[in-house]
Amino acid sequence: MKLVKVHITLKEGVLDPQGKAVQGSLNTLGYDNVQEVRVGKYLELTVTDDANIEKEIEDMCNKLLANPVIENYSYTVEEGVTQ
Amino acid sequence: MKFAVVVFPGSNCDRDMYYAAKDALGEEADLVWYQEANLDGYDAILIPGGFSYGDYLRSGAIASTSDIVKQLRTQAEKGIPILGVCNGFQILLESGLLPGAMLRNQNLKFMCHFENLVVENNDTLFTSKYQKGEVVSIPIAHHDGNYYCDEETLAKLKENNQIVFSYQNNPNGSVADIAGIINEQGNVLGMMPHPERAVEAILNSDDGFKLFQSMLENWRERYVAGA
Repeated sequence: MKLVKVHITLKEGVLDPQGKAVQGSLNTLGYDNVQEVRVGKYLELTVTDDANIEKEIEDMCNKLLANPVIENYSYTVEEGVTQ
Repeated sequence: MKFAVVVFPGSNCDRDMYYAAKDALGEEADLVWYQEANLDGYDAILIPGGFSYGDYLRSGAIASTSDIVKQLRTQAEKGIPILGVCNGFQILLESGLLPGAMLRNQNLKFMCHFENLVVENNDTLFTSKYQKGEVVSIPIAHHDGNYYCDEETLAKLKENNQIVFSYQNNPNGSVADIAGIINEQGNVLGMMPHPERAVEAILNSDDGFKLFQSMLENWRERYVAGA
């Protein structure tokens, strides 16, 4: 088993109103040093061992997990625990 | 003229869309469940608003992977008019039938009210009964209606006259005030505002009715000889 950790983030230049609101709240709490917040997504996929796993993960990201128009993705593949 | 209204789990404007086609316009219409639908034989396909699959992952993303989208692609290639409203527009974007993507509204609020739209292009199957530049009052109801595309795509949209409706007072932060766009071929229209909710005066506006009338008129001109 492999554990795939996928991070999805908004592309640079794409406005993130949610991140802006979170930043505003952090500033309100007194964390004035927070200059910018970008909200993204984190997914964990448990996948059976497969020689093409990286290619497949990229396909999954491009087809569904991320929207290439507005989002970037990155991932790591780790040894997972067999359940 | 025969309309199909595609119903996904979580669609909630399907009845309004059906009413617009069947009762307001007086044409044939079927509500078709996305898993069982056979879109062959329909003259137009309507993809209603709502929250298909609870907006999980991104609005429209899960619906865009369903088999019915393959049928939509086939029908789109054949030139069948396809109208996606609100979540229907989001599904068309996520499936790549229209360019761009939706972001959360700039003010982070779900907004539900009438907006003034400018008819930017009346030379389409969907807008021929409007005047170019006409201002129409049609309600919006969305949380993720902030249309985004890169500059290259925007330039293309402008060049090909693909921006069909724009907001007079941009409520959500959409690029270039975009409220609705059409594909290059001219038969797939996506828009965030709800024309089906503005088809009778009793609904406070019937400005959306001309959209359905345009579809009917164009179908008649194309398919009904001598009409």
